[in-house]
Amino acid sequence: MLERLTKQKLVVIGNGMAGIRTVETLLERAPDLYEITVFGAEPYGNYNRILLSPVLAGEKTVDDIMLNTEQWYEDNGITLRKGETIEMIDRRTCEVVTASGERVAYDRLLIATGSNPIVLPLPGNNLKGVIGFRDIRDVEHMVEASATRRHAVVIGGGLLGLEAANGLMKRGMNVTVVHLLDTLMERQLDAVAGGLLKKSLEERGMVFKMPAQTEAILGTDHVTGVRFKDGTELPADIVVMAVGIKPNIDLAKKAGLYCERGIVVSDTMQTYDGRIYAVGECVQHRRTCYGLVAPLFDQAKVCANHLAMKGFATYDGSVTSTKLKVTGIDLFSAGDFAPGPDKEEIVLQDANRGVYKRIILKDKKIVGAVLYGDTVDGPWYFQHLRDGTDVSAMRERLVFGAANLGDGGHAGQNSVAAMSDETEICGCNGVCKGEIKKAIVEKKLFTLDDVRAHTKASSSCGSCTGLVEQVLAFTLGGDYSAAPKVKPVCKCTDHSHDDVRRVIVEQNLKTIPEVMKFMEWKTPNGCHSCRPALNYYLIATWPGEYKDDQQSRYINERVHANIQKDGTYSVVPRMWGGVTTPNELRAIADVADKFKIPTVKVTGGQRIDLLGVKKEDLPAVWADLNDAGMVSGHAYAKGLRTVKTCVGTEWCRFGTQDSTGLGIKIEKFMWGSWTPAKVKMGVSGCPRNCAEATCKDVGVICVDSGYEIHFAGAAGLHIKGTEFLGKVETEEETIEVIAALTQLYREQGWYLERMYKWCDRVGLEQIKKLVIEDVANRKALYDRFAYSQKFAQDDPWAARARGGVESNEFKPMAQLAVMEPA
Amino acid sequence: MSNWIEIGALKDIPRLGSRVVRTASGHIAVFRTESDEVFALDDRCPHKGGPLSQGIVHNRRVTCPLHNFVIELESGKAVAPDEGCTHSHPAKVENGIVFLSVRQSATAA
Repeated sequence: MLERLTKQKLVVIGNGMAGIRTVETLLERAPDLYEITVFGAEPYGNYNRILLSPVLAGEKTVDDIMLNTEQWYEDNGITLRKGETIEMIDRRTCEVVTASGERVAYDRLLIATGSNPIVLPLPGNNLKGVIGFRDIRDVEHMVEASATRRHAVVIGGGLLGLEAANGLMKRGMNVTVVHLLDTLMERQLDAVAGGLLKKSLEERGMVFKMPAQTEAILGTDHVTGVRFKDGTELPADIVVMAVGIKPNIDLAKKAGLYCERGIVVSDTMQTYDGRIYAVGECVQHRRTCYGLVAPLFDQAKVCANHLAMKGFATYDGSVTSTKLKVTGIDLFSAGDFAPGPDKEEIVLQDANRGVYKRIILKDKKIVGAVLYGDTVDGPWYFQHLRDGTDVSAMRERLVFGAANLGDGGHAGQNSVAAMSDETEICGCNGVCKGEIKKAIVEKKLFTLDDVRAHTKASSSCGSCTGLVEQVLAFTLGGDYSAAPKVKPVCKCTDHSHDDVRRVIVEQNLKTIPEVMKFMEWKTPNGCHSCRPALNYYLIATWPGEYKDDQQSRYINERVHANIQKDGTYSVVPRMWGGVTTPNELRAIADVADKFKIPTVKVTGGQRIDLLGVKKEDLPAVWADLNDAGMVSGHAYAKGLRTVKTCVGTEWCRFGTQDSTGLGIKIEKFMWGSWTPAKVKMGVSGCPRNCAEATCKDVGVICVDSGYEIHFAGAAGLHIKGTEFLGKVETEEETIEVIAALTQLYREQGWYLERMYKWCDRVGLEQIKKLVIEDVANRKALYDRFAYSQKFAQDDPWAARARGGVESNEFKPMAQLAVMEPA
Repeated sequence: MSNWIEIGALKDIPRLGSRVVRTASGHIAVFRTESDEVFALDDRCPHKGGPLSQGIVHNRRVTCPLHNFVIELESGKAVAPDEGCTHSHPAKVENGIVFLSVRQSATAA
């Protein structure tokens, strides 16, 4: 980096959410690069514009929605010039000119002027009492009017218009909504959902006049009424024009920057003048202008990155979803739902319950969704929409939502709207709905990450993530900033797991520091999330070559035992296929006695757990178990755990194959392999399935004619039956298919992504093709797995108990017998 | 007044790792950063008492192995928005030897 004597000057025009989010992100990335000046036309700090509706409805106050106080600007060394407008940008001299004629120089300029409400070119549109719904001043006008006047007419039956109408109604006014078309919110809703919404709003007392075209606004000084094309008139003390917004591009246009509907920007949020950036509602990116908050935040991030001279991020556009912020009305829409010849629809309509769901599919993927009355699954559909998930496997039950996809585990309970504030959302950290709501409001949180950091909710097992996102959407009343489409590995980088895996192979990167350097990690040596992930990717990519980094292993994998709440460890020796012997049991009993191990417990994976072992005793415990022929069960590993079996033909009168023998063969071949997350297997000797193989990561069901191989089941956070992969005739083929499947998972899985999640992500058909149909590819996968096993099958216990590996790990560094007086 | 006690060689602590020193008033975790700085904290996370010595060390921080609280090695403070503080002890390296000055904490039992 060049030494800079003076900071560069960044001028921001616009003190709204997009501009300030860009500044915030920039300060995180490059705190000292710029001297920043922000011009804001409104006489306030930065506030949350999407929450104006609850303010109007009297559910929140203006203070509630302030995002950055003036203190914040001061603390960060930003000059805030509120209430000042910029008249001109002088690109030749790189200066902006204020209304009072002052010239302020810039090195980089950010335009975030947002949008203006569209004012219809009607006679009388400049009368007193005719207002938009765009800023705090508009809200103040409406609140004032509602105190003394009775009749309000809202022109526009879109999102904004209905929210304005609802707010005015709540404040006691008689409200008529005038809409040009016969469907409300026609950009977000189809005719059926629009009808349901209209009915429900009518029941609350809202009056509609639609389809109707306004001809003139009546009155001499102050508005008195509205006249329509059909000659009818309505009395009005206040008229709210909410027919849409248009990007505020006047300043940019005057400066000669290329504009169409908005200021045209590149994927790095730069205008045609490279020194000038633009973000937010004023921009047009790849022909699209956005009016919701989530895309603005995506843009802000990319723009900040570029301003910070870290040029790798680009903005690829956003898919947006909408939720109406009218308390008590559940409405969700996302994506594209216009009918088309290549689209299919799944519709559920229950008039009595007031529920309507329409899911639009194209090429086996969700491209749009409209939900009314029951929007619990909105975020779930939206996630699949953004991820482009192949939903053909769940098509039959898709319309019933996530809860009906056999996902009966902990995450199955999922109706946030109906929950009381005391309902526990995050079972891991004991966080209830009320606490999350409170944190969102008081600490002004926007994103899932914010909520995780402040409340701990959804920060452990993650099964409540959907619920927390719902609480966010619910509390913020709508378009909060959804998690990004491409998830970075962690906060240390913007790169995704897929990017990292690809780059490791392409660039031949062989150590963690090499990866971090090449991919411009933002932290000097990562964190507890990314280092174990990188360590796994390297060991899976370069078997036999990569030297396992012990300090990047989670403690359980570093000391080959499972840490317990009191800092002691548990020890689980391997019992091949769940079979043990009197000698092994005696040895286990002796070890338990000798080391005073407090608890001996049978596990769900058919083996025995010794709990409460002191760390320094581990090597000696292992030595005794090794002497009896036992090795590590890897009960701590992101790797092969157990192969659970039933007794099969050897004993069972129903058995069709030697399930125990096959289970042992699989376990002996596959133990020691590292995988993205833990892998549990099962082999059942007949379809009665006593080994419960169909809820395992990989399960085999023996039948008379061969072996059915299933995979991608789960029975933990989520409960999910396995998918059928294929059927083979011999044990050898079974092992080949399972090893090939595991290798594919090892090569494609994201760290900590269980097999069923991986399958969800890449698609069952794809996996079948690579493992079952393409026989040559299966063989190649099998060979790569077998090769990596050459370096994986050393018992880590023997290496540490007798082999002297990592001996320091288990000993204290020093023992200070007596405390010396300080 | 500091009272430096020699506890062993720097090379015996892995880079980005930690070792435990046992004292009469409990375990102390001694950490080594990538740039060979050493820090010493009581081996108890302020959250639920997890052994910080068993955590992953990154930059000048350690992540508790039990619930991923992140603790600043220098101050012993939990990284915001988590709250809490672990007692810290002065530590230094001279000629490859690590010295520790055990400070009695006011609240130590």
